[in-house]
Amino acid sequence: MLLALAIAALVLVPVVVTFSSFARVEGDILAHLIEFALPELVGNTLWLILGVGLGVSVLGVSLAWLTAMCEFPGRRLFDWALLLPLALPAYVTAFVAIGLLDFTGPLQTWLREGWGITGLPEIRSRGGVILVMSLALYPYVYLIAKNAFATQGAIALEAAQSLGLSRTQGFFRVALPMARPWIAAGLMLALMETLADFGTMAIFNYDTFTTAIYKAWYSLFSLAAAAQLASILILFVLVAVVFEQRSRAQMRYSAVGRSAAQRRIRLSPTLAALAFLYAGVVLAIAFLIPLTQLALWTREVIADDLDTRYWAFAWHSVLLAGIGALMVVTVALLLAYAGRKRPGPAMMWTQRLATLGYAFPGAVLAVGLFIPVAALDNWLIDTGRAWFGFDGTEILKGTLAVMLLAYLVRFLAVGFGPIDSGLHRITRNVDEAARNLGTGAAGLLTRIHLPMLRASLLTAATFAFVDIMKEMPITLMTRPFGWDTLAVRVFEMTSEGEWERAALPSLAIVIAGIIPIILLTWHGTRSHN
Amino acid sequence: MKRTQTKLLASLALTAWILPALAQDIVVYSARNEQLIKPLFDAYTRDTGVQVKFITDKEGPLMARLKAEGKNTPADVLLTVDAGNLWQASEEGLLRPIRSKTLETNVPAHLRDPGNEWFGLSVRARTMVYNTQKVKPTDLSTYEDLAHPKWKGRLCLRTSKKVYNQSLVAMMIHEYGEDKTEAMVRGWVDNLATSPFPDDTKAMEAVAAGQCDMTLVNTYYFGRLMEKNPNLPLAIFWPNQNLKTKSAGVHVNISGAGVTRHAKNPAGAQKLIEWLSSDKAQNLFADVNLEYPVNPKVAPDRNVAAWGSFRQNLVNVKEAGSLQIKAVKLMDRASYK
Repeated sequence: MLLALAIAALVLVPVVVTFSSFARVEGDILAHLIEFALPELVGNTLWLILGVGLGVSVLGVSLAWLTAMCEFPGRRLFDWALLLPLALPAYVTAFVAIGLLDFTGPLQTWLREGWGITGLPEIRSRGGVILVMSLALYPYVYLIAKNAFATQGAIALEAAQSLGLSRTQGFFRVALPMARPWIAAGLMLALMETLADFGTMAIFNYDTFTTAIYKAWYSLFSLAAAAQLASILILFVLVAVVFEQRSRAQMRYSAVGRSAAQRRIRLSPTLAALAFLYAGVVLAIAFLIPLTQLALWTREVIADDLDTRYWAFAWHSVLLAGIGALMVVTVALLLAYAGRKRPGPAMMWTQRLATLGYAFPGAVLAVGLFIPVAALDNWLIDTGRAWFGFDGTEILKGTLAVMLLAYLVRFLAVGFGPIDSGLHRITRNVDEAARNLGTGAAGLLTRIHLPMLRASLLTAATFAFVDIMKEMPITLMTRPFGWDTLAVRVFEMTSEGEWERAALPSLAIVIAGIIPIILLTWHGTRSHN
Repeated sequence: MKRTQTKLLASLALTAWILPALAQDIVVYSARNEQLIKPLFDAYTRDTGVQVKFITDKEGPLMARLKAEGKNTPADVLLTVDAGNLWQASEEGLLRPIRSKTLETNVPAHLRDPGNEWFGLSVRARTMVYNTQKVKPTDLSTYEDLAHPKWKGRLCLRTSKKVYNQSLVAMMIHEYGEDKTEAMVRGWVDNLATSPFPDDTKAMEAVAAGQCDMTLVNTYYFGRLMEKNPNLPLAIFWPNQNLKTKSAGVHVNISGAGVTRHAKNPAGAQKLIEWLSSDKAQNLFADVNLEYPVNPKVAPDRNVAAWGSFRQNLVNVKEAGSLQIKAVKLMDRASYK
């Protein structure tokens, strides 16, 4: 419990810094934004949440059901391949989609010049943003929901069928409700990322609450107004998350009698072909086509841009993502565990506050963290100067410790979601039985819970690893001299609009991001056998 | 006794940090990206033996960082693109004035801070690019003219969120006042063929594909696109060259630098900036990104010179900063996205 509070306190630092901006209200800037921007961007943001929420739910749940419960050609491949879009930053998918589908893209050019066909729906539109974000973010729902379906046991579904429900009814009335915390956890991650996204929105020139935050900061030169808007965004997320949690507080989701091997549903040839086609099209649009485009661009620039430094960039990325993911998983496990041992409203608020970092627009969180670190550093340096004649300018800032702590604050949510929902599956009877057999608290964790949570832990680690690899604002702001990563390379290229040259580091991020996904699959198959 | 020991141990531990600080390195915070500055800093090190360490990030975060670090910042130089950002850094008290005959000679007066806190190092011209199959150069004249209804459905623009467009409109406000400028921006918006683009290159590709007839871009984007794809039906036009129009000259902006207020090595920082403005460095600085040298004695890259010479607008670029907030608000009112 104390530990949980300590973690929450750490996350509260940037929250407090951000909220403290209200000490100086820049009335005219806020008034201007409210009058000329707010109505539209609130509408835009709500549409976006609604659309992406629906998109990732439908894609994620349906694909998870198909790969976890059914048998169709290519299932084993799709099972892990459908995760791959996670390794692709959403803004890359967006840039490729616009490049291919806009007026100047090959498709429209071919239709226009070859066939005289015009008037295709505009990709740079609300529908386009929703489509791209859904394709980029559905893996969050997919992976967590797949774990849910795989662990919920066949007995409940069999019971439903013996009570006369059809298979479809069984899915909607038994399997789906039983998977709700998982789906909700994945959905929350996808929506928090959508809300905080800046890169993709900038490419679509789609104004959301977050783009207004950056406008206040970069264009209207008011970090204070930006922080005030960010506070409102964070509050909104907090309320939404707590509301969702409350609405299912009284339910239990433990598996009923885990059957050893679940029988997969054998699809009829037509359905199996449709399943293959569906999964294939999603994979192609969300991953294969953008990847091919990246590879083609990379080929153009690789001779000039690839040098030996890339080993260092890749090594920094993998090292930071690896250590960061380990930290995220460990702390998320402790936090989720604290909630299991001492449930209650206080604990729930603690958990929710501790995972708020993911809802911040990245650069706002980076500054929110940097300001207190720099203040502490100034105090340390002044003290050091008075006592020891210290003559430097950096003690804490510019160290990897600060950078890793910042990642923890940002990405605790992506670790907490899968682990917390995974814990729901373990009944308290298991704990009691183990205790009756003389297992202590430590034994309960290491010998009973951890093995049962393995899939959730791996999911959490994958999310954290891949997200840290892609992270930009915190990396830029807190990296020590000489610690450039692949994501920093992407920034260097895209900041002057050189998207094709950014393909090389982007591709490297994808390749490095695939490593944990393959590990995850390998572990998954091993535990099945 | 115990306290002395602690002190001793702590001092030993701190030595690790003290040592690098003693060398006369120069530390640069840069919003100009790595591939554009590293060749220069490498050349400077070869010339002088002085090491230059740098960190890149966006302007906003860099300035927030400088501010938070206060007097304990490791940064000696702030290097950014766009005069608006430099003006803002100066407003926030992040820079210090320097007196330098070299910089006063090498950098024209309208491209540096009247208070001597920042200096332009390369010039970026924001001009017109048109489709050569659809527009005759004689149809083109001024930025203001693009608001005329004859351009209805023929104009493509980059988003107003990009500082380049904010600076352009800010300079217009300086010359015409808010009302007239707002009417002009509304005219631009009315003439748009499609919603604004996220970058200059996309806007030019739309012009080349015939989605619209012309757009406003920074010249180096044009250079980069044509280098890759020389057959595109695109050409540059220099607007506002007639000295009788009120706003005379092509809108220019800079990338530039200043010495930070709390620089640890201000003399070294000043030397570096002076060197960057010198004949020796100017071509390297500008040519690597197809920009124009700020130093009038230095000729631009051959490919850049081929676009023709033009008359610059001579209003001090600091107005891009001082009027930026007004410009952004104005563009919001005019529904320029």
